Order: sequence, then structure tokens, then C-alpha cells
Amino acid sequence: MICQECNQRPAALHFTKIINGEKTEVHLCEKCAQEKGEMFIFNGESGFSFNNLLAGLLNFDPSFQKPSQSPFQPEKILHCDQCSMTFSQFLKVGRFGCAHCYKAFEEQLKPVLRRLQGGNWIHNGKIPKRIGGGISLRKQIEELKIALKESITNEEFEKAAEIRDEIRTLEKKLAAKGQEGGE
Amino acid sequence: MSLERFLNQTISSWMSEEGPDSDIVLSSRIRLARNIKTYKFPTLFTHEEAKKIIFEMEELLRNSNFSRFGHLELLKIDEMQPLQKRVLVEKHLISPHLAEDSPHGAVLLSENEKVSIMINEEDHIRIQCLYPGLQLLEALAAANVIDDWLESHIQYAYDENHGYLTSCPTNVGTGLRASVMMHLPGLILTQQINRIIPAINQLGFVVRGIYGEGSEALGNIFQISNQITLGKSEEDMCRDLMGVVSQLISQERSARDALQKTSNIQLEDRVFRSLGILTNSRIIESKEAAQCLSDVRLGIDMGYITNMSKTILTELMILTQPGFLQQYAGGPLRPHERDIRRAALIRERLKMESEK
Repeated sequence: MICQECNQRPAALHFTKIINGEKTEVHLCEKCAQEKGEMFIFNGESGFSFNNLLAGLLNFDPSFQKPSQSPFQPEKILHCDQCSMTFSQFLKVGRFGCAHCYKAFEEQLKPVLRRLQGGNWIHNGKIPKRIGGGISLRKQIEELKIALKESITNEEFEKAAEIRDEIRTLEKKLAAKGQEGGE
Repeated sequence: MSLERFLNQTISSWMSEEGPDSDIVLSSRIRLARNIKTYKFPTLFTHEEAKKIIFEMEELLRNSNFSRFGHLELLKIDEMQPLQKRVLVEKHLISPHLAEDSPHGAVLLSENEKVSIMINEEDHIRIQCLYPGLQLLEALAAANVIDDWLESHIQYAYDENHGYLTSCPTNVGTGLRASVMMHLPGLILTQQINRIIPAINQLGFVVRGIYGEGSEALGNIFQISNQITLGKSEEDMCRDLMGVVSQLISQERSARDALQKTSNIQLEDRVFRSLGILTNSRIIESKEAAQCLSDVRLGIDMGYITNMSKTILTELMILTQPGFLQQYAGGPLRPHERDIRRAALIRERLKMESEK
């Protein structure tokens, strides 16, 4: 659910107000709640949730990284440039906003994943068939590039030229695949 | 109309069929979490995006002739009555989260109800395959067929390092949750279960009651599933779980043997008392019903009770849930009325067995 004020961030606060017998439901993100002065609601004991656990796992106190009160340095907040979710929001909600968040928070994510996934942080399972071809090509190219560097430092220039040609053909293949796959 | 057909045809095939080791393993389930690359995750997506996703799925259904699992029916959450949703939850075809908190949710159901694909739950797509008995690899194979079909039309959110990207980092990688529902009365009666559960937890598996997180182990039924979704292949994850499950099966079998040897008459007494309660009671709470059903099922498995179908436990555990009872009654019931209905339904169902 999205915050009803900014329509951008996920709502972290859900509450029901009853004023003079009239019931209204409110769904706000933390920031808007703060701005609207509804903060007192969750300043008290809040429920224990997965998100608390997640933040706890990181030995991380979200209050340190709350969107800074000063409006002069907003660029310092770590956020995803596609869905604009911030890392501290992720810790609060325990859910990502979009696929790109995995890239945007890659560094911070590693320890999180290791803790959540029994020490693992690299996928070792199924590769989707359609986009999978590209992945194995890219892996091959990366390996060849390492070999290229090696042969250059060893001054084996003939071999390096061969490898370079090989990389070029693979890159052409990859580009062709990318087009038909329709990124 | 067709929803009615789904619900009237109350017994799903996974409840009424038997599978390997089905004296102990009631069902095996595989769930794969997938997301579409171009949309924000359900945590943040807009109403329009949610609608587009459902529309895309409808188009996909219409335009591709995927018939491996028969006809797939698309049901939208916002078009269902609360009771109808509840029944689907009780049948394990949709999650409580989809029923309650996903206004833009939908589900694709196969006719035999072995396959359900939830749309716009915590992730855009959740493929679920439910098989009777211990058939994890079979269920995985089925889920993979559906996954490949969807992937040939949809661009998944996937990256090389993290695998399938999911909205919660506890599902990332394979997006796989494999779970097995087990009936373990022997381990309860011999009081071994409290020792065994922590050991299973230490191995990276989760043990829960029949209705998922936080639910009690009603009727001595436990759900065991993998916790870790990253770093291993789907098959390895299933095989690891099967390893634990087969350990539990042999423990349960030897507990049953030991019980038969040491307290045969007490056990027989317990089984037939429970059968007596089920065939005669006029008011019965769900907890008592679950316990008696578990005893009767144990009695069938151990040969005390003959000529009664084994699947009666699974069937009646689900049919006597509040949603089903109200569906059966044709309207909402208060808890007390439910207990009366439940007793009547059980008596009727057992009568069918004796007339068979």
C-alpha cells in the first residue's frame, strides 16, 4: 500500500481515527506522518515485527539514518533511483520497492542476505531460459577478458589478439540476443 | 457461476488422492515467487500497474494454448465474497495475505486445484503446486513447467548474482518454498516432538501448524518447509527437505510400533473413543474435532479401523473449518452454530463411509 499523502513511498503507518464518532482510516509513510504530526502514534511501544528483526540483524538503529531533519543535504540519503525507496525505509518495511533496489542497495544488502540466507549471497539455482543465454555469454566474455589481461601482462601479444577477436564475436552474439529478447 | 463450480466441487484432488508415504505425509507443496521486470513490486506499485499486470496475465491466458494442467480459471479478489475467499484460504489455494491485504490480487486455478498462481500478492506472481503424499520433486517439476511457460511470455526480474528478485529478501534467489504437511501423532504421544522441532530448526527448516505462520499444530499436523532460498539449486533444496522428512517418517513409524507394543489396548481404546465422539457428538469445537480426527486416522493407519478411507483426516480437517461450514450452511454462522454444524457434517460424512 502506498502512502496517501505523497503517493510515493510505501505506507508504514496504518491507523483508524475516530473523531466525534466519525471513522477515518489513515495510511501514511513515516515521513509524511512526521510532517503531519502523527508521530506520537508510534512513538510508544510499537509491535514487534519482521522489520524490527531485520533492523536488529544488522545491528542497525534506523533512527540514525532517518531522513535527516535538515533539508539541506537530502542527497546523502541512500535511495533507489527507480522507485525512490530509501534504505532505511526498506529496513522498516522489510520489502523492496522494485527490482532495481537490489542494485541500488547492493553493498548494504550483502550482509543482510548472508544473515537471512544462512551465509549465502550468490544465486545457484535456475536460470530463466530466455534471458539465460545472455547470462552465460556474458560470463564467457568476462572470463576471456581476464585471460586477455593476463596474456598482455605476460607480453603474449599474439594470443591476446586471438582472445580479443573471440571476445568481439561473443559480444556481437550478445548484442544480437539482446535485440531479439527485447530488453 | 464457474466460481460456484470451484467451491461446490469442494474436495481438491490433493485431498482425496493418495500419494507415496501418505500414511504420514499428507501433501507436498512447491511455491515459486516471481516478479515482472518492468513493474514496481506490490509494496509500491500503483493501482494502474496492478491492473496492467492482471490484464497482461489475462491476455497471456487467452493467447497461449497452455493446456498441460487443463483449463486455468482467473478469479479476481475484489470480485469475490468474503466467504468465498475464506474457503480458498482454507483449501490452501490462496494465502490469507492475498485474501485480506491484496485488493488488486487475483488467482489462476487449475480444475483439479493442484495448480494455483497467485497474482499481485507479496510478489507479482506466485506459482503453487500442491500434490498428495511425498511428491516434492513431482510438484517442483510441475511448477517449473508453469514457470517456463510464463517466462516465455514475461520478462522476469532476475539478476545473475541474486537470482529471481523478490520483494522480500527472505525469498530471493530461487524464490522457492518447498513444504510438506505431515501427520505426526506418534511423535506427540511419545513426547518426542519437542526434542525434534528445535533440531529441525537448526538445520534451516521451519516447522509450523496446518494453517501457516503462527498457527497451532491442530490435529497433530505439522508443516515443514525450507527457510533458505539462496545459494543452492531448487532440486538440492527439495532433496534436503526430503532428507529431513524421511527421517521424520521413520521416527514416526518406530514411535507407532513402540506404542502398539507397549500400550496396544490403550491406543485402541483411544482410537475408538474418538471415533465414538465423531459419530455421535451433536456439538464439537474445531480443536476437539481435529484431535479426534487425528486419532481416527491413526487408527486407520495402524489397522484398528478397517473399511474407512485414509483421506478422511485431510478432507474433514478442511471441510470443518469455519469458512467451509458457512459455505455448506449457505450463510454466516455464529461460533456456537458452527460447532453444531461441524458435528452434523462429520456424522454425515462418517455415515457415508459405513454405507460404502
